[in-house]
Amino acid sequence: MNLYDIIFYLFALVTIVSGFFVVTSKNIVHAAFNLLFTFFGVAGLYVLLGADFIAVVQILVYVGGILILLLFGVMLTNKVVNVDIRAGAGHILPAVIGIGILWGALTAMIAFKTNWIENPAPEMNPTTAGIGNLLITDYVLVFELLGILLLIALIGAASIARRETEELKD
Amino acid sequence: MEVGLSHYLVVSTALFALGIYGVVTRKNAVMVLMGIELILNAANINFVAFSRYGNFGLEGQVMALFVIVLAAAEAAIALAIVLNIYKTFHHVNIDEIEDLKE
Repeated sequence: MNLYDIIFYLFALVTIVSGFFVVTSKNIVHAAFNLLFTFFGVAGLYVLLGADFIAVVQILVYVGGILILLLFGVMLTNKVVNVDIRAGAGHILPAVIGIGILWGALTAMIAFKTNWIENPAPEMNPTTAGIGNLLITDYVLVFELLGILLLIALIGAASIARRETEELKD
Repeated sequence: MEVGLSHYLVVSTALFALGIYGVVTRKNAVMVLMGIELILNAANINFVAFSRYGNFGLEGQVMALFVIVLAAAEAAIALAIVLNIYKTFHHVNIDEIEDLKE
């Protein structure tokens, strides 16, 4: 077991354990902060896979953007001062059984039944220039569409979130 | 055992199962969103892992980038909707929300 394997198991453990606490924690704020560790663990896995740019984007967008957004959502939709921040869960037993079967089947098929052809590149190179080239050549249409989609999402989110307050003012 | 493609895929399936569990069992809408983020992260690990071990070049990483962008857009829209639900019903328990309008 070399250093790469040890670091992989460390990041995998961080990801899975904090992911487990995200979905089981009673307190929403605890769940949100566990989500932080999950995102960092996934970013570490990206680094181990040689995807440096994706790892940085993961930290910037997920930790810096989406997680903050989720925390704002938690703060704005729960009575924080009254400690009424518990999130109930229902149908735990059927969910555990069903998802246990699903996960077992997926893992058995993916990890043990399928013979993946593994042909990794011998060395890991910086990926930023390659991704940039792909984004303005092969994937330029998707890139532009995503730009438009983000603009639409921004305007839509602002308009949906503001509508009610304007009506209250009238 | 040398860490290979299947190790990453097992981590990804575990994260996916946890995400599904969160989506199915949680009552709070924000918690359901967190489950969806877990599922998207699991898919992203798959993209990047196949991109490395399949040696297809960087296509898989570009797809992972697109997924991250879509997740950001989805989180913004979904939280706007959740805020509107909170203004209307004064809670965000999705199992108690049965009306599309007041």
